[in-house]
Amino acid sequence: MQQKHQGAADLTGDASFVRIDQLTKRFDEVAAVDDVSIDIRKGDIFALLGSSGCGKSTLLRMLAGFETPTAGGIFLEGVEISQLPPYERPINMMFQSYALFPHLTVFENIAFGLKRDKMPKDQIAERVEAMLNIVQLKPYAKRKPHQLSGGQQQRVALARCLAKSPKLLLLDEPLGALDRKLREQTQFELHNIIKKVGVTCVLVTHDQEEAITMADRIAVMSNGRFLQVGQPHEIYETPNCLFVAGFIGDVNLFKGTVEVDEPDHVVIGTPECRHFVSHGITGTLDMQVSIALRPEKICLQEHEPTIEQRESAQEHGYNCARGMIDAVAYFGKFTLFHVKLDSGMVIKATRENAARHEETQLVRGQRVYAWWDGSDVVVLTN
Amino acid sequence: MKTQNIAHALFNNWGRRSVIGIPYLFLILLFTVPFLVVLKISVSETDGIRFQDLLSYVDGAVTLKIKLSNYLFLGSDPLYVETYWSSIKFAALNTAICLFIGYPFAYFMARSPANLRPALLMLVTLPFWTSYLLRVYAWKGLLDDHGVFNNILIWLHLIDSPIRMMHTAFSMTIGMVYAYLPFMILPLYANLVKMDLRLIEAAKDLGATPWQTFWLVTVPLSRNGIIAGAMLVFIPSMGEYVIPELLGGPGTLMIGRVLWDEFFSNNDWAMASAVAVTMVGLILVPLAIFNRYQADSGGVRGV
Repeated sequence: MQQKHQGAADLTGDASFVRIDQLTKRFDEVAAVDDVSIDIRKGDIFALLGSSGCGKSTLLRMLAGFETPTAGGIFLEGVEISQLPPYERPINMMFQSYALFPHLTVFENIAFGLKRDKMPKDQIAERVEAMLNIVQLKPYAKRKPHQLSGGQQQRVALARCLAKSPKLLLLDEPLGALDRKLREQTQFELHNIIKKVGVTCVLVTHDQEEAITMADRIAVMSNGRFLQVGQPHEIYETPNCLFVAGFIGDVNLFKGTVEVDEPDHVVIGTPECRHFVSHGITGTLDMQVSIALRPEKICLQEHEPTIEQRESAQEHGYNCARGMIDAVAYFGKFTLFHVKLDSGMVIKATRENAARHEETQLVRGQRVYAWWDGSDVVVLTN
Repeated sequence: MKTQNIAHALFNNWGRRSVIGIPYLFLILLFTVPFLVVLKISVSETDGIRFQDLLSYVDGAVTLKIKLSNYLFLGSDPLYVETYWSSIKFAALNTAICLFIGYPFAYFMARSPANLRPALLMLVTLPFWTSYLLRVYAWKGLLDDHGVFNNILIWLHLIDSPIRMMHTAFSMTIGMVYAYLPFMILPLYANLVKMDLRLIEAAKDLGATPWQTFWLVTVPLSRNGIIAGAMLVFIPSMGEYVIPELLGGPGTLMIGRVLWDEFFSNNDWAMASAVAVTMVGLILVPLAIFNRYQADSGGVRGV
């Protein structure tokens, strides 16, 4: 990561290693991808996140060359490639179901792309061996794909598309076909291999967790457009709209109006409570807004929060609502509470189970105070 | 508990056995038994009218009499050897032409829009709605000296006198290809339509041109379809009788016709049976090799 920031000239070239320029794809007048522009930095893992039908796969397929854009361009190192057939692009893709050739061995699968480049035989063997080492599948070289487990197939698929040293690696739902246990482990492995090889990567997923853990930058897509592009923590902590807030993780939404609008803080009144937000917003007085609050930012306790517990004395009396615990779900590392506030709204709050025995067990039916810090809320104006 | 389990297992086995048993029974009754009858006839002595039993019991001695002269005659008479060889050649030629025409046919059918496919499939099977004999006979009208083709060519002044097409290897091959083409197309289509198109995309993604993708991915993955189609064409065309009889000529020796002649012209059932048994042997050998080959390379699934 640090190497990349040496020298300003290098930085400008690398910042738009891949440039997607006003790209549009229509199928029968329906825009699957609608006027999308983005620059992808060299060496980054860039995730396209969205639910099915949002256009993320179409965008990926245009990068791979399986779809031709209706309008706009794709530039790789400044060269327009959107009209090139897939076999002439220095781009390789790992397919969702891996698409390993069932009639070829692991070795032959990895060598397939190299042979197309007319690489000499001994060099192919060397390269395939190196790839097998990276994905730790050396003993499996002579096996056919169906003799491998799902995780191993995935690594063969990765080795196959890395073998050609592509300038851009495309991953289509890379962990989608794996079971949960394997996903977590593979997620890190995949991330490490990609970073070790240093290849620029565009990844498509509908799984927010996958995007957050794997990617350097995420674009949240809906209806063929980018709603927000940013680093994972930006997307999670400061979503810019209701869709993004709701798509990434759980969120509680309060609806209300702006009552006080100061440069360094605002006060928003909602039926639940008055919210003190410790940063300014681009809005006006009496404006209708939504407040997004993550469940893990909410504290639940039996007594009213004291001034000492608060982030600042100003917040005393704000950001706090009474309610009754409606449901408790124990998840092991954390417990999820549904709290029915006195206004009737049900909020979600989580509490980490750090100690084996929590001193104050909260149970269903108990009256509690739910409170949070003014810096933890996000005000959504649209 | 235990007895119940055993009863359960027995019942299960019984059910399973009866299900597997039906095709076995079918094969035994309609293939093995008739074949054994034919086999017996081929090695039986005859008293002029009736075939004698192979085993006889006279004066406390069991005698097994197997007459091999028919088989020895088969080997010694060049007519039979030539006919077998010629049958194999025509069947192989027919298979090759059917594959050559059928593969692209099946390929484009499988890649055509899904809503068009039933109609195309219907067109392939359409000839089956008319009698096979009639369709073969129709070729006579097309290929005859005064048939449609010759008349058109003469009318176009491309030729002065009719070209002899009927009763040649040409007319017979045309008839065979016409009759057996659907048997090549259907298994190929069934195979190609199931093919995972992402594999084609993966090949292109890895730098293979469309032509390379076809030869390195599509064709190897459709191997099972090619083998099935080739078998469905090769085996029946080996023993084909109607087409050689109607469209073939003196130059197109086919074993089916020889068989017919032995049975109905010479009335030599024993000889005819020997010809038939030998032909089954000639077909069973490649079939056995084919099955072995399939089992060895097994596991190409998801194709």
